[in-house]
Amino acid sequence: MTATLEPEASIDADVATPEFEAAREQQKRRQGLFMALPAYLYLFVFFVIPLVIVIVYSFATRTRFGTELSGWNIDSYRRLGDPLVRDILLRSTTLAVITTLICLLLAYPFAYYMSTRSEKTRNLMLVFVMIPFWTNFLVRNYAWRVILGSDGPYSRLSEAIGFGEGRLLFTNVAVILGLVYGFLPFMILPLYAAIERIDGRLLEASRDLYASGFQSFRHVLLPLSMPGVVAGSILVFVPSLGAYVTPAILGGAKTTLLGSYIVTQFLSARDWPFGAALSFVLMAVMLTSTIVYFRKGGRTL
Amino acid sequence: MSGITEPRSTTKRVLQANIWLVYLFFYAPILVLVIYSFSDSRNVGAWGGFTLDWYRDFGDSSAAKGALSNSLKIAVVSTIVAVVLGTISALALERFTFRGKQVFDALLYLPIIIPDVTMAVMLLLFFSEAANIFGFSKGFATITLSHIAFSISFVSIVVRARLAGMDDKLEEAAVDLYATKWQAFRHVTLPLIMPGIIGGALLAFTLSLDDVVITEFVTGPGWTTLPVYVFGLIRKGVTPLINAISVVMLVASMGLVALSLLTDRARGESAEIE
Amino acid sequence: MTGARCERFSLGEGSTGGFVVTAAVDIKGVTKRFDDVYAVDDIDLSIADGEFFAMLGPSGCGKTTTLRMIAGLEFPTMGSLKIFGEEVGTLPPNKRPVNTVFQNYALFPHMSVLDNVSFGLRMNKVDKTTAAKKAHELIELVQLSGMEKRRPSQLSGGQQQRVALARALVNEPKVLLLDEPLGALDLKLRQEMQGELKSLQRELGVSFVFVTHDQEEALTMADRIAVMHNGKLLQVGTPEDIYERPANRFVADFIGQTNLLDAVVEDDDMIILENGTRLMAPNPLPPGTKVAMSLRPEAVDIGPRGTVPAEHQKTSLEGVVESMTYLGHALDYTVKIGWIDLEVRADAVHAEQRFQPGDEVAVWWDRTSDWVVAD
Repeated sequence: MTATLEPEASIDADVATPEFEAAREQQKRRQGLFMALPAYLYLFVFFVIPLVIVIVYSFATRTRFGTELSGWNIDSYRRLGDPLVRDILLRSTTLAVITTLICLLLAYPFAYYMSTRSEKTRNLMLVFVMIPFWTNFLVRNYAWRVILGSDGPYSRLSEAIGFGEGRLLFTNVAVILGLVYGFLPFMILPLYAAIERIDGRLLEASRDLYASGFQSFRHVLLPLSMPGVVAGSILVFVPSLGAYVTPAILGGAKTTLLGSYIVTQFLSARDWPFGAALSFVLMAVMLTSTIVYFRKGGRTL
Repeated sequence: MSGITEPRSTTKRVLQANIWLVYLFFYAPILVLVIYSFSDSRNVGAWGGFTLDWYRDFGDSSAAKGALSNSLKIAVVSTIVAVVLGTISALALERFTFRGKQVFDALLYLPIIIPDVTMAVMLLLFFSEAANIFGFSKGFATITLSHIAFSISFVSIVVRARLAGMDDKLEEAAVDLYATKWQAFRHVTLPLIMPGIIGGALLAFTLSLDDVVITEFVTGPGWTTLPVYVFGLIRKGVTPLINAISVVMLVASMGLVALSLLTDRARGESAEIE
Repeated sequence: MTGARCERFSLGEGSTGGFVVTAAVDIKGVTKRFDDVYAVDDIDLSIADGEFFAMLGPSGCGKTTTLRMIAGLEFPTMGSLKIFGEEVGTLPPNKRPVNTVFQNYALFPHMSVLDNVSFGLRMNKVDKTTAAKKAHELIELVQLSGMEKRRPSQLSGGQQQRVALARALVNEPKVLLLDEPLGALDLKLRQEMQGELKSLQRELGVSFVFVTHDQEEALTMADRIAVMHNGKLLQVGTPEDIYERPANRFVADFIGQTNLLDAVVEDDDMIILENGTRLMAPNPLPPGTKVAMSLRPEAVDIGPRGTVPAEHQKTSLEGVVESMTYLGHALDYTVKIGWIDLEVRADAVHAEQRFQPGDEVAVWWDRTSDWVVAD
C-alpha cells in the first residue's frame, strides 16, 4: 500500500509493526526484481540459452549432412592439439600479445602526458581519442587496406625513399597494424582514467624522497595505475584474440587467426561442433582473465 | 586533488612526440580515405583528379541503398528496445536489492566482454535451432534481436554510472515534497539521468551500425546491412565505390560523436521541467 | 496544502478532546532495526507545537534515523508515531504533513530556484498562479528575491540553504524537519543562520525539529534538546537541564567540557572519591552507589594552597599545576590531583595570579556547581 507506483494508494495508517516493515521490504524487493525481469529474461533467452547450445554442440558429432546431436564425444576438443590448430592458436595468441604490448607502449605515455595537462586541454585531447573510438570499425580497417594496397600511398612512399616496393598487405604486420589501430582507444581510455585518479602529490613525495624519475614511475605511478593497465590489456587482448574483420581485410591466406578460423567452421567448412569447441575455448580465456582481474580488486572495465 | 605535475624537458619532448605520433596514426588513414574517395581513378590508391562520381554511384546502387536502409531500421529498433530494457534494469540494479541481483549483474557484463565471434556463434546456433522448431526465416528479426542482446548491457552500464553519480537524496526530497514515486521518477530522476540514457542510446546505435560478424552470422538470404554489404565488397576487391560508402559511414559516425559530445556538455544541466 | 489533508489532520485527538494539548510529534516505543543493529531502540518522545526541538548526539546515534522516521523516509520496525494525534507510522512521506530540509539541501540541480520552491505545491496540484505567488512570497521571506531564475549551482552555500528552507516551508508543514541544516556552512555564516532560523521559527510558530552533532548549536538554538546515543534516548530537557543537570555520565561528557570524578555515595550530602577524599555533593542516590561527579572547568576556582575560602572547604582539592594554555580571554590549567588530571578554566582578565607548571595550588568550587550522575 505504500511502495507501489500507483499515484494515490493510501489508506489510514496503522501503527508500525515488524510485519509491516517486512512486508514493505519484500514489496520493494519484488519491485526491484520485477523491474530487472524484462532485461533478465531477454538475456536469458538470447544469451544464456545460446551459450548452453554452444557447449552442447561442442560435444556433438559432425556428419556429412550437418551436425548430429547424438553420439556425444570430445573429439572437437581433442582436435585442438592438431598441429594446424596449434599453429593457429599460437599465432593468434602471439599476435594478440604483440598488439597488446604495442598498445600499452603507445598508450601509457599518452595517458600519462594527458593527465599532466590542464583540464581544458585534457578534455580536448580526450575528444580526439573518442572520435576514432566511435568511428566505424570496418571503415577504419578499410582505410589501411587503401593505404597499404598496391600502388597505394605506402608503396609509393617506400619506393620514393628507395626501399623498393615494400609489401605489407596480407602479412602479420598488416594485421597487427590494423588491430593496434582498431583497439588503441580501448587502452588509452582506462589508462587515462586510472592515472588521472592518482594524487600527483604522491609522485612529488617520491621525488622528494630521492627517487629518480624512473624509480618513481616504477614504484609509485605504475603500481597505482595497475588497474588501468590490466583493464586496458584485457580490453585489447580479448577482441584481438577473436578478431575476424581485421585479418579478413588486411591478413592473407597464410595468416589465419582464431577468429577467422572459427568463422570458417560455420560459414564454409560446416563443422559446427569443432567451431563451437573453438568458441568455447576463446570464451573461457576471456572469462578467466576477467575473473582474475576482478578478483585482484579491479573495479570496472 | 592536485594534478600530476609536469615532467622534465627531455622526457617531456619524448612524451609530446608520442602524442603527435598517436594522433597522426589515428587521423592520417581517415584523411587518406576521404581524399581518395574524391579521386577520379579506378585505382583506389592513386589520385586522378576531383570527382563525385563514386558518391553518385552509391546513390545509384539500389543494393547499397537497400543495405543502408536495413541498417538504419535495425539500429533504430534495437536501440529503442535496448534503451528501455537497459534503463529499467539499471534502475533496478542501482536503487533496489532483490534475489539474484548478483547473478544478473554478472550476466549483464558478459555480452560486453565476450568476443564478437563467440557471440555470433552462440546466436547462429540458437537461431538455427529455434528456426528448426518454430520455422521462421532469418533476417530483420534475428539481426535486431541479436543487436538488442549486446546493446542492453552497454546502455545499462552507462545509465547506471549516471544513476550512481546522482544524489539519491534528491528522490527522497521529491517524495518528501508530496511527489508520488512515479512523479519523483518523472520530474527528478529521469531528467537527471537523461544524458546517460542519450549516451547509452548513441552507443547502442553506433554498435548496431558497426556490427559485421554477428549480423553476418544471423542474417538470412536476401537480408544484408550496410557493413556486411561493404565487407562483402571489400573481400571481393577494393573499388572506389567502397571509398565513397566508407566516407558516408565515417560522416555518420562523426555525427554521432558530435551528438554524444553535446549530451556530455549538458551533463548536470538538462532541460528545465514544465 | 490540499484541503483533504488539512481536514484529516485537524481531526486528531487534541481537537476533539477539548483541553488536551496535542503534541506536534508523539513517539511511543519506536524502534528501528537494520538487520541486527538497533538504530533506534524503543524511544518515547513528545514534541510540542511551536517548539524548537534539537536532536543531538554523535554520528550513528540514531538521531537522523529518528528524523527520517518522522519524515516517512524510513518506517519504524515497531512503535507508534503520531503527528498532531494522527498515527502516521506506515504512511509514505508524500502523505505526511511534514517537510524536510535535507543535509546538503538536496536541491534539484536541473530546476530554477522558483521551480525548486514551487515543487511541493505543484505535486499537490495547486494551480500554477497560486503556486507561483506563494513561491515568490517564500523566496521573499528568505531574502532571495531576484534570484528566482537561477540554478542551485549558481548560488552560494548560504543561499542554497535558504532555498531549501523556502522549498520546505512553502507547503506550510505542521512540523519542519531539518537534518544538520547548517553543517555545510562555514563558521561565520553558520552563526548568522542560527539567529535567522530561530527568528523564522518564532515568526511562523511551526515546530522545528533539527538534528545536529554540534552541541553548541543545539544549546544556542533549541527550546528543548534530546540527547541520543547508540539508539537510546538518554535525556530530554531544556539546554540548562542538559548542561547543568546531565542525566548520566555520557550526557555530562558529551555536552561541553567537563571533569568526571569517579566516586561512591556516602549519604545525601557527601560522596567519597577513589582516594578517600570526602566531598560535599548533594544527591538523592542510596549510599554505596557508584557515581561520577561532573565538574565544569569554568566552575572551578584556582588559588595558592591555604587560600580556600571557608565556605568551600568541603568542595575543594589540592594539586600541582601540570600545564597552562593561554587562550587570550582565558587560561586553561591542567591540575594533577594525585590520581587524576583536573581541567580548570580561569578568566584571564580577572585572575589575581597566574600559575606556572609545578606550582602547588588548591582548587575549589561552589557546592551548587558540581553534579552527581549515576554510573
